[in-house]
Amino acid sequence: MLSTALTDLWYGFGVALEPHNVMWCFIGVLVGNMVGVLPGMGPLATISILLPLTFGIKPVGAILMLSGVFYGAQYGGAICSILLNLPCHPPHAVTCLDGFPLTKQGRGGAALGITVISSFVGASWGITEMIFLSPILVRVALQFGPAEICSLMLLGLLAGSTLARGSPIKGVAMTVVGLLIGIVGSDIETGTPRFTFGIPNLFDGIEIVALALGLFGIAEFMKSINQLSEVDTKYTKVSFKDLRPTREEFRRSVPAMFRGTIIGSLCALIPGTGPTIASFVSYAVEKKISKTPEKFGTGMIEGVACPEASTHSSVQGDFIPTMSLGIPGDAVMALILGALMIQGIVPGPQLISEHPDIFWGLVASFWIGNIMLVVLNVPMIGLWVKLLTIPYKYLYPSALFFVAIGVYSTNNDMFQVGEVVVIGVIGYLLLLLDFHPAPILLGFVLGPRFEENFRRAMLISRGDVLVFIKHPISAVFVALCVILIGAQIYVRLRKPKVIEENIPLVGVAE
Amino acid sequence: MFQDLLRKRDFYAGVLMTLLGIGVTFNATSYNLGTLMHMGPGMFPFILGIVLTFLGLLIFGTGVVTPLGEDEHILPKHKEWRGWACILLGPIMFIILGEFFGMVPATFSCVFVSAMGDRESTWKGSFLLAAGITFFGVLLFAYVLQVPFPMFRWGH
Repeated sequence: MLSTALTDLWYGFGVALEPHNVMWCFIGVLVGNMVGVLPGMGPLATISILLPLTFGIKPVGAILMLSGVFYGAQYGGAICSILLNLPCHPPHAVTCLDGFPLTKQGRGGAALGITVISSFVGASWGITEMIFLSPILVRVALQFGPAEICSLMLLGLLAGSTLARGSPIKGVAMTVVGLLIGIVGSDIETGTPRFTFGIPNLFDGIEIVALALGLFGIAEFMKSINQLSEVDTKYTKVSFKDLRPTREEFRRSVPAMFRGTIIGSLCALIPGTGPTIASFVSYAVEKKISKTPEKFGTGMIEGVACPEASTHSSVQGDFIPTMSLGIPGDAVMALILGALMIQGIVPGPQLISEHPDIFWGLVASFWIGNIMLVVLNVPMIGLWVKLLTIPYKYLYPSALFFVAIGVYSTNNDMFQVGEVVVIGVIGYLLLLLDFHPAPILLGFVLGPRFEENFRRAMLISRGDVLVFIKHPISAVFVALCVILIGAQIYVRLRKPKVIEENIPLVGVAE
Repeated sequence: MFQDLLRKRDFYAGVLMTLLGIGVTFNATSYNLGTLMHMGPGMFPFILGIVLTFLGLLIFGTGVVTPLGEDEHILPKHKEWRGWACILLGPIMFIILGEFFGMVPATFSCVFVSAMGDRESTWKGSFLLAAGITFFGVLLFAYVLQVPFPMFRWGH
């Protein structure tokens, strides 16, 4: 098994090191990092805005660029949260707790340096996991019939929507809304137009770019306009040589890094528990086993190293079900999967064998991209810090232009720009009502395949709904769904005091 | 009691989801439902509609049960009507001007109008920003990415 994995990886490096692929990866990491640093731009907004730029590129290059954008944006978010105390991305909320005090003490540079190392360690472990676990998962998943696929998707959807932030019921409601939005357009089997309200432009369905940019672009801008106060930049003078941590800081961070990595990869294995939960759990663990737990929150370097490592290892882990089963764990993965589908590639267990260049190229490019991140960030930290000072009033109008032209260029259709505006208004209303729109994207991406497999399963079983429990593997997934819902109800009814104490910042960041 | 309910976020959230669910369910029956074995195009939305209605009622229920929270305001404290209007008007200007006059006027108006939404914005600042973005945007999208969108045009 080791030898096949190494051969495949070697092949992957061959793909990823082709000059144009290296270039796309580099552009992705650079632009992602640049946009991610900007206050108020999280990875979701960054990826959705840059998604249309990848349509002209070949599938391999496009997916390499997008994933580069993703971890570039994530790292940029870390800079933003350590130096400005502004978490643009939920997993970084905990990084702020100790990162910003360190900045105040003048050790912000060291915290950033430790972040670079931790994310590299975490990501490397996550990639290794991906190399060995994905082929095994695929071998199992290829045996699945429609019933198994269906209940697995149900599990993925439930986990993705209930374990995220906010009320689980509202999360599930958003997933159903996403599934319904996925239905808009012509029915695959009969061609009947559904929920199109007689508008011919809707017969092909709603474009994922329009949906993502409406929900994470326009709706977010409406929320943040005039809300972001002038950023306090008095601590942001960080130069290249400040990045070096002291020997003492380094000694304390190394074990924390490895603990974070392990926690992150464990969280990635449970469907739906993405980087946010991983980072909160790892911070809590680090605090618990520390000899000086009372010092956490005043600038402990472990409090930066551990969550950052676990975030990155769980992010890489999230790619495993996305690429090998075609089931994304969160909205970011759903977007990346959507980008693959736009390129005409069908996600699912057959992806690795049908498009080995995409899968192994992606795996290899993770390493290349992460090294690029280190190389980019160390000398360019001064530039990133300058970007932090760009005020929001210049940022969002420019972003709106990118939204408009990006959607237009998808199909050269002005109607879709209108779609974005409408979706943006709806998204903002949902935000006001305390709904988190991320699960909508999850439901939207999985919806059509879910319906197709559901119909097929029903046809094979001659309309017997119990087929989902009669097949043993499918029954396991259904049982997991039931356990998941049961656990949610149990936790809600018991008022989780322990969790609230350990995780004071949940829900602070969007 | 009823007064309190009308101020709760979950009340509106629940009602919205319930109505949407009912609407979807009824709309789905206008397509062919089929049987469970041979599902028609209406069956899947029909099921989803029922599920959504149920979820909406659950959200409504939790809204009734939980006591009134501290910050139960549907709209945020500072109502940014001007900001919201400008953000939405920007892309709308892009559509209208783009359809009839081309990419340059569309881009300029989109950035200019949306920039006016910020409370501290000035005519001059918005103008400069719009001009700058138009220049770089046209360079990137028309020349580098070759988006088929004429820079100027007259009529449709």
